[in-house]
Amino acid sequence: MKTLIIIPAYNEEENIKKLIEDVVSSEPHAKILVIDDGSSDRTGTVARETKKADIITLPHNLGIGGAVQTGFKYARRNNYDVVVRVDGDGQHRADQIKKILQPILERETDVTIGSRFLNILTRHHNFIRRIGQKTISSLISLIIRQNITDATSGFRCYNKDAIELLNQYYPSDYPEPEEIIFCKKNNLKIKEVGILMKEREKGASSLTAINSVYYMIKVILSILINILRTPTMIKK
Amino acid sequence: MEINLYTYQILSIVGSIFILLMLVELVRRRKLKENYSLLWFGISIVFLVFSVWPDLLLYLASLLGIEYAPSALFLILIVSLYLLSIHFSVVISELSEKIKNLSQKIGLLDLEIRKLRNKNKKTK
Repeated sequence: MKTLIIIPAYNEEENIKKLIEDVVSSEPHAKILVIDDGSSDRTGTVARETKKADIITLPHNLGIGGAVQTGFKYARRNNYDVVVRVDGDGQHRADQIKKILQPILERETDVTIGSRFLNILTRHHNFIRRIGQKTISSLISLIIRQNITDATSGFRCYNKDAIELLNQYYPSDYPEPEEIIFCKKNNLKIKEVGILMKEREKGASSLTAINSVYYMIKVILSILINILRTPTMIKK
Repeated sequence: MEINLYTYQILSIVGSIFILLMLVELVRRRKLKENYSLLWFGISIVFLVFSVWPDLLLYLASLLGIEYAPSALFLILIVSLYLLSIHFSVVISELSEKIKNLSQKIGLLDLEIRKLRNKNKKTK
């Protein structure tokens, strides 16, 4: 199966080289695609210099949703069977890719979510953030009637049906929770797998205090509106 | 009182016609697209109608149970502007979706061009 690992990266010149090398060493047969989301630093150049990945440089910053969708479009154009999303900030560990890849390769599910909280003890440094995550996960679980422990995790793996769907539409700003509902609405199967994550090494998280409030409101609004939407693609 | 009424009527007719002409001129010079001008034309024509027949406004106000007729005018104005703003937000959303798609395409094509160039270099 042709596997593509997409790495959306915005101003990650310090993390990107190591991440690419880690991914190459744990998944040597997969193709790596870095999407440099209009970075103002040397992310694109640093990634290109490794010569181990394809690099797409977007002309301006589209946000994580736009960047990830670019990856799905690339996957579809080049006929990939599987897409793995690994975030460029170095939070996702390359040695955990196998865990989320496995259920897709065994055709158990259409989308796998790497969860920090499923059967795994993750320490929480930020209590408020954890409450936010928990609220969103509970809300999602309630709506899709399936238990989701980590709805905000961006560490995910997708099969061909999911690629086909998500290259057509992908939520913008904070896409992870909305993506779950969107996939479920379109009859894709979702499975969570426990994974280990790293603490951030360099650079700051994109979520500051004001952003977190906006994050919660935006996510809840998009979740609620998604309930009202009809499916865009019906799986055969 | 009658003279006052007369003056404001002339002023508002002239004003409405001026705005209509301005719109025509903007469309003629292609500064404003036809489809976006339609709403503005609609609103301006409504105002022209109310300027020519102010009694219409009185009638409308009594119909709505508004005692002070000019309030009805404000109501119409505010609702129109409100709808127009929503219309603009929709247009902006459509445009940003298009820009997003274009940017993604540029990124994808840019990568393909780089690859082709590298291939050419190697074969030469």
